[in-house]
Amino acid sequence: MPPPALTAKVTEPEPAPPPWSDTRAPRRGGVGLMLLAGAVLISALGHAYVGLVGRVQISTPHYAAGLAVAALLAHLAVRLRAPYADPVLLPIAVLLNGLGLVLIERLDLATPGQAGAGDQLRWSGLGVGLFALVVVGLRDHRVLQRYAYLSVTAALALMLVPVFFPAVNGAHIWIRFAGLSFQPGEFAKILLAVFFASYLAANRTALALTGRRLFWRLRLLPGRVLGPILTIWLLSVGVLVLERDLGTSLLFFGLFVIMLFTATGRIGWIAVGLLLAALGAYAVGTLEPHVHSRVQDWMNPFASIARGEGPGQLAQSLFAFAAGGLLGAGLGHGHSFLIGFAAKSDFVLATAGEELGLVGLTALLLLYGLLVSRGFRAGLALRDPFGRLLATGLASIVALQVFVIAGGVTGLIPLTGMAMPFLAQGGSSVVTNWIIVALLVRLSDSARRGGTGGSG
Amino acid sequence: MIRYIRWCAWFCVLLLAALLVNVARVQVWESAAYGANPANKRPAIERYAQPRGNLLVDGRPVTGSRDSGQLLRYERTYTDGPLYAPVTGFSSQTYGTSFAERAEDAVLAGTDPGLSAFPLWYDLSRGRPAGGDVATTLRAAVQEAAYRGLGGRRGAAVALEPATGRILALVSSPSYDPGLLSGTGTKVKAAWARLNADPARPMLNRALRETYPPGSTFKIVTAAAALDAGVVTDVDAPTHTPDPYPLPGTSTLLPNAGTGCEDASMAEAVQWSCNTVMAKIGVQVGLKGMVAAAERFGFNDEGLRVPSWVSRSDFDTDMSPDQLALSSIGQFNTRATPLQMAMVAAAVAQGGEIQTPFLVDRTTRHGGGLVRRHGPHTLGRAMSPPTALRLQELMVKVVEEGTGRNAAIPGARVGGKTGTAQHGVGNAGTPYAWFIGWAAADGAPQPAVAVAVVVEDAEAVRGDISGNGAAAPIARTMMEAALAGR
Repeated sequence: MPPPALTAKVTEPEPAPPPWSDTRAPRRGGVGLMLLAGAVLISALGHAYVGLVGRVQISTPHYAAGLAVAALLAHLAVRLRAPYADPVLLPIAVLLNGLGLVLIERLDLATPGQAGAGDQLRWSGLGVGLFALVVVGLRDHRVLQRYAYLSVTAALALMLVPVFFPAVNGAHIWIRFAGLSFQPGEFAKILLAVFFASYLAANRTALALTGRRLFWRLRLLPGRVLGPILTIWLLSVGVLVLERDLGTSLLFFGLFVIMLFTATGRIGWIAVGLLLAALGAYAVGTLEPHVHSRVQDWMNPFASIARGEGPGQLAQSLFAFAAGGLLGAGLGHGHSFLIGFAAKSDFVLATAGEELGLVGLTALLLLYGLLVSRGFRAGLALRDPFGRLLATGLASIVALQVFVIAGGVTGLIPLTGMAMPFLAQGGSSVVTNWIIVALLVRLSDSARRGGTGGSG
Repeated sequence: MIRYIRWCAWFCVLLLAALLVNVARVQVWESAAYGANPANKRPAIERYAQPRGNLLVDGRPVTGSRDSGQLLRYERTYTDGPLYAPVTGFSSQTYGTSFAERAEDAVLAGTDPGLSAFPLWYDLSRGRPAGGDVATTLRAAVQEAAYRGLGGRRGAAVALEPATGRILALVSSPSYDPGLLSGTGTKVKAAWARLNADPARPMLNRALRETYPPGSTFKIVTAAAALDAGVVTDVDAPTHTPDPYPLPGTSTLLPNAGTGCEDASMAEAVQWSCNTVMAKIGVQVGLKGMVAAAERFGFNDEGLRVPSWVSRSDFDTDMSPDQLALSSIGQFNTRATPLQMAMVAAAVAQGGEIQTPFLVDRTTRHGGGLVRRHGPHTLGRAMSPPTALRLQELMVKVVEEGTGRNAAIPGARVGGKTGTAQHGVGNAGTPYAWFIGWAAADGAPQPAVAVAVVVEDAEAVRGDISGNGAAAPIARTMMEAALAGR
C-alpha cells in the first residue's frame, strides 16, 4: 500500500459508473442494421450520381451489392459475437468507406488511366474481412495485454523495414512487394496503441507517483521512468529523419502523450512532451529540407505563384475548398483533379470540400467526431485500465489522423502526408482503420455487456 | 482515469472545432479571394466549358467554337477572320478579348443575367446558360467591297446608314486572322508576338483607333460652320481670296494644288478643293465658331462607344489665327478617325442630324429569344437643315464635275469630298488619300449610305487627285453594294 498522503493526491475516487453500464445494455441490432442500410443507400446514391454527372457507365449495382454484402457480413459478425456493441460504430465506418469509394470513383473519371476505385474496393473488402475476423476471433480485449512486448517489437520492425526500400515521393514509408505496396507504419499504429495501453496500465502508478516535486503539481521525473518516454521521442524523430514522414511521427508522439496523460493525469508529462515535441519539430523543420519546404508552403501557400511556377499542391487544395463555398459545386462538378498528384489520397478531402461544400464537409467531420466520441465513450464505460487506455488510444489515433491531414490540406497546420481514415485511397490505411473499428466494437461490447471486471 | 479520458475527449472537441472554423474560413470568408486568384484555373475552365455564342453578319454566324479536348475546352473559330477582325476582335484563351468579343462578352460567354428567364435557377443549379448570339449591323456585301477595295494596302473604310447610325462596314487593312490567337500554347504565343512585331500593325483597328489628319475632307465641317454662322450667306459669291493666301500674322504663303482658286466662291472652293478660300473662311468664322462646329460633328469627344470605344478625334481649342487657317483645311494638328469622317458625311446626308453609330443590332439567347435590341439614338445636330441641303448640292458637284468623279454611280445621286492629307516633317510622309461621301438611289428621298475611306500608302501624287484616285473607287464600290442590297 502506498502512503495515504500520496493516495489522496493521485488515485482520485472514481465517479460512480453510469447506470446503463451496470445493467446489461439493451441489444440494439435493429438500430444498427437500419443505420447500416442508410449508409449503404447514401453511398450507392452518391455512386450512381457520379455516373450520371460523368455521363459514363459505371457499375453502381456491383458497387452497391459489394458494399451491402460487406456491410451485412460485418453486421452478422457483430450481431453474433458482439451483440452489445455500440450500434453506431459500424454504420459510420461503412458510410465513410462508401463515400471514400464514391470520391475515388469520381476522381477516376477526371484522371482516365489511373483508376483507383477497383483496388480500393478490394482493399476495403479485405478490411471488412479482417474486421469480421477480429470481432469473431478476439473474444476478450484483455487478451491483447499479454502481447505488449510482442506488439512493440513488431511495430518497430514494421517501421524500420521501409527504410531499406527506395523512397517514394520523398518518403521512406512504402514497401513494394510483388506489385503491391504497403505502408507498414499504418499497422504499427495499432500495435503501438496496444503496447502503450499495456505498459501504462501496468506502470501507471509508478509513473504517477515517483519523482521529486518541483512546485505545484509539477514533478521532476526520475531517470528510470523517463527512459521509455525518451525512447518513444527518439523513435518519433528517428521515423521522421529516416522515413521523412512527419505525419506518422506526429501521430505516434501525440498518441503517446495523450495515453500517458490519460494513465497518470500528470500535467508535467504533457509539459515535457510538448517541450520535446516543439524542440524536435523545430530542429527537424529547420534542418530537414523535405519537412522545411512543407513548413514554408504552409506559411505562404502562394509563394510558388509569386515565383511564376504556378500554384503548388496546397494552393490548389485551398482553391478547391474555396470553390466549394457553402453548398459545394455538386458531386462530379468540381475541378479538384487540378491538385494533381495525391488528389485521391492525401487530398481527397479537397474533393469533398469542393463538391459537397462546407455543409457536406462539416457533416463528414462530424461523422469522424461521432466515431471518436463513441470510442471515448467505450473507454469511459470500461472498468479495466488496459481497456480504457486502449479505447482512448484508438479513438485518439482516428482523431489525430483526421486533424493532422484535414488541418494540413486546409492550411491550418503544415501539410504532412497522412491518409484520411476510410476516405483516402490507400490499402494499408483502409485495412488498419477497419481493424481499429473492430477493436472499438469489441471494447464497446465489453463495456456495455457489463461485468468485465477490473478495478478502475 | 475517467476524468482524464474526458479531458482527452474535450481536447478532441477542440481539434474538431479548430478544423471546422478553419474550413469555414477557407470556404466562406476567403472563398472569393481564392476564386479570384489569377493562378486559379477554375474561372477559365468554366468559361470555356461550353461553346461561345456567335457573332452574326446578315443573320449568318461569322464565328464558331471548336472542341479542343483540352482543359479549356472550346476555342473560338472565325469563318472569315481577317475580313471581320476589326469588328469581332479576338477571343483568346491566352490574351483575353477585344472589340465586339469584349464588349458583348457577357452575352457570348453566357454570364449575362438577361440570358435566362429564371436567373435564380442557374444560381441554384450552378449551371450557366448557353452563350447568346450577337447580331451585328454589318452588311457582308459592303464589308467585302471595302475589304477587297483596300486590298491589303494600309487604310480603313467605314460605311454608315445615315438615318439610323447602323455601321454597315468597318474595315481596317491590313488585317489578321483572330483565330490564330484563340487557344493556348506556343503557337498562339508566337502568332501574338509576330502580329505585334509586324511593322504594318495588322492588329491596329484603323477605323476606330487610328486618327489621321483629315485634310480637305474637313472642308465640309468648315463650310457648315461658315453657313451656320452666317459668315457665308451666298455660296456662289466670290470670296476675294488671294492665291496663294498669306497665313494671318505670318509671312507664310498657303498655296493651292490646282489653279482657278483666286477669288473663287465657296461652292467652287469645295468643288475644286481650294485651300486658300476655305482657310480664309475658317479664320473668318473664328476659333470659337470652328471649335463649336467641329464638336457638334463629334470632334473632341472621348465618350463614343460603338460599343467598343473609339479614339478621340481632335480639333484644337487653343490656336493662333494662322494655325486655325491650317486646321480649317484639316491640317496642323487636326486629326480624325475614319469613323468620325463617315459621321461628317452622314450628318450632311441626314439633313444635319447625327445618329450615334453602333455595331450591335441585337443580342439573343441561344434559342433565339431577344435579350436586348439597340435602336437608333440621336447624337446631336451638326448643322441646320438648310445648311445640310446646301452642302449636299456642293458635294454632288464634287462628284459630278469636281475632284471626286471616280465615286460617281450611274443611276444614283452621289455626293462626296476628296482629300489628301500631308503629314510628317516638311510633309515628308506618304500622304493619306481620303474620300468621304454618301449615295442615294435615284428617286429615294434620303441617302442610304455614308462612307469614309482613307488609304495610307496612296501613290504619292500630291493634291486631291490621289483622294480621287485611291480612295474614291473604294467608296464607290461600297456605296454600290449598299444601294444594291436595299
